[in-house]
Amino acid sequence: MLADRDRVFTNLYGIHDWRLKGARARGDWDGTKDILAKGRDWIIDEMKTSGLRGRGGAGFPTGLKWSFMPKEIGSRPHYLVVNADEGEPGTCKDRDILRHDPHKLVEGCLVAGFAMGAHVAYIYIRGEFFREAENLQASIDEARAAGLLGPDACGSGWAFDIIVHRGAGAYICGEETALLESLEGKKGQPRLKPPFPAGVGLYGCPTTVNNVESIAVAPTILRRGAHWFAGLGRPKNSGTKIFCISGHVERPCNVEEEMGIPLKDLIEKHAGGVRGGWDNLLAVIPGGSSVPVIRKEVCDTVLMDFDSLRDVRSGLGTAAVIVMDKSTDIVAAIARLAKFYKHESCGQCTPCREGTGWMWRVMERMVKGQAALSEIDMLDEVTRQVEGHTICALGDAAAWPIQGLIRNFRTELEQRIHQARAGARAA
Amino acid sequence: MSEPTTFAFTAENLKIVTAIVAGYPAGRQKSAVLPLLDLVQRQEGWVSIAAMDAVAALLDMAPIRVYEVASFYTMLHLKPVGRRHIQVCTNLPCMLRGSAEVAETCKRELGIDFGETTPDGAFSLAEVECLGACVNAPVVWVGDDYYEDLDVEKTRALIDAFKRGEVPKAGSQSGRQTSAPAGGPTTLKDIGEGVA
Repeated sequence: MLADRDRVFTNLYGIHDWRLKGARARGDWDGTKDILAKGRDWIIDEMKTSGLRGRGGAGFPTGLKWSFMPKEIGSRPHYLVVNADEGEPGTCKDRDILRHDPHKLVEGCLVAGFAMGAHVAYIYIRGEFFREAENLQASIDEARAAGLLGPDACGSGWAFDIIVHRGAGAYICGEETALLESLEGKKGQPRLKPPFPAGVGLYGCPTTVNNVESIAVAPTILRRGAHWFAGLGRPKNSGTKIFCISGHVERPCNVEEEMGIPLKDLIEKHAGGVRGGWDNLLAVIPGGSSVPVIRKEVCDTVLMDFDSLRDVRSGLGTAAVIVMDKSTDIVAAIARLAKFYKHESCGQCTPCREGTGWMWRVMERMVKGQAALSEIDMLDEVTRQVEGHTICALGDAAAWPIQGLIRNFRTELEQRIHQARAGARAA
Repeated sequence: MSEPTTFAFTAENLKIVTAIVAGYPAGRQKSAVLPLLDLVQRQEGWVSIAAMDAVAALLDMAPIRVYEVASFYTMLHLKPVGRRHIQVCTNLPCMLRGSAEVAETCKRELGIDFGETTPDGAFSLAEVECLGACVNAPVVWVGDDYYEDLDVEKTRALIDAFKRGEVPKAGSQSGRQTSAPAGGPTTLKDIGEGVA
């Protein structure tokens, strides 16, 4: 188990003071000026060496992403945009950072913004997180008053400020280009890429969009050294991660653990185990609603990191572990996710707008077994007509859970259809 | 309630409007449309066409651009809702922990279905998608607060309190520390510094 001294989010549960005084006592804002004095290139190299991969779900190397920003600041200003639009079902980690450790994010914005040549960061926080936005704003106000932000942030000579922007209840705004559209005052409909935000982002200016957790761990990495972070976890899957364990466990919780922890250890050590014991486990969605479900046999041994979960045809995603015991109607569970994607499709691309509704309606019939056996393959085929054929990844996200269901629980779907037919004949 | 013909921000809110707009670069005031529509809703309880027109004028936007934004985001109410608008998450993590029973309890105690308002206008009820508090499922969202770790009994107590005009304490209703495991954290026990 990860030692407490190697945990980044030492106020994860809000037991201690989240304000500046408490944050400083936990080591935040310590020597920030010295970090900035080492320069942009040093910061970006250090982030690359740390091996940090984006914590918002895609797992793209953070240091590399920062390096895509233009080296010289031209006529267009650079922007850092923080994605705090947390809403992937199962995921509630950024919420704890925002309300309990907001100064880690505020300090992270300064070092990341400085490294990419930005004087302003916008934090786009989901509208429902009103109390979290209050704490975040209070932290920014404290940092301004203390000279940690402002015209001469931390005495570095670098001007830096942060604006909190609240969303209004659209899951799609967690997609980075939809987020930028929303921030510009438009409907949250994703943009075609390229151009990528590092070239043409917010207001047409060079922009990097990062997840809350990715930015909030940066100051600790820079203080303790890239090699410390890289030494945790496994190669290419380094560091620590906040895991959210929900569903059928004895004690659902958030916990920061080492990347690559076995899924079984994670659940048993921190969440009190599966309800009714490990053998009562049916399946787990290991990385938020968008990643395919895995069966118990896989859960027995799989490690919780990007590459291990990819190897079992699922994904780490946001590290939101949704546990389902044997009492779960797995078809109804995936049908509920299908309904979610139908609700959240922005309507821009036809395969997603029409496909999410179609897939949900078929899934609702599958729950009752009111389908033909051939429709299982047809459903699978339609998911593949949606996947990869839309501007953003919401289409993929809607397709993968259903593909995972068919791959792992086809016999369950078939049995239901047989039972419904037998029932109809008996009647 | 029919659509009002006029809308005006209060003097106090007009100051907030100015502060919000100042957060965006000159000429990019459109960025303030969501915060301003939220402010409208905080003032009036919902967002009328007259209010959208007023926001459009303030931000130098075509009214249709404001309408299309307002209708895209589910937090904005384009029709009046109850004075207490109760939103029940039924997404998978909440469903696995009994959100169906929580929803049924809300419906029974209030005598209304999802999408309806009580005749006295005191309560309205809605189904909501993932609120992002999944380890504290099931979750209900009222006003600016989440009520977490609910069951039938706790939901009933919550509704009763609202009926009495109280605002119950937000957060976990089972008494645990935020997102820590029930019974106490398994980690961070050696961290002494930073105590409030």
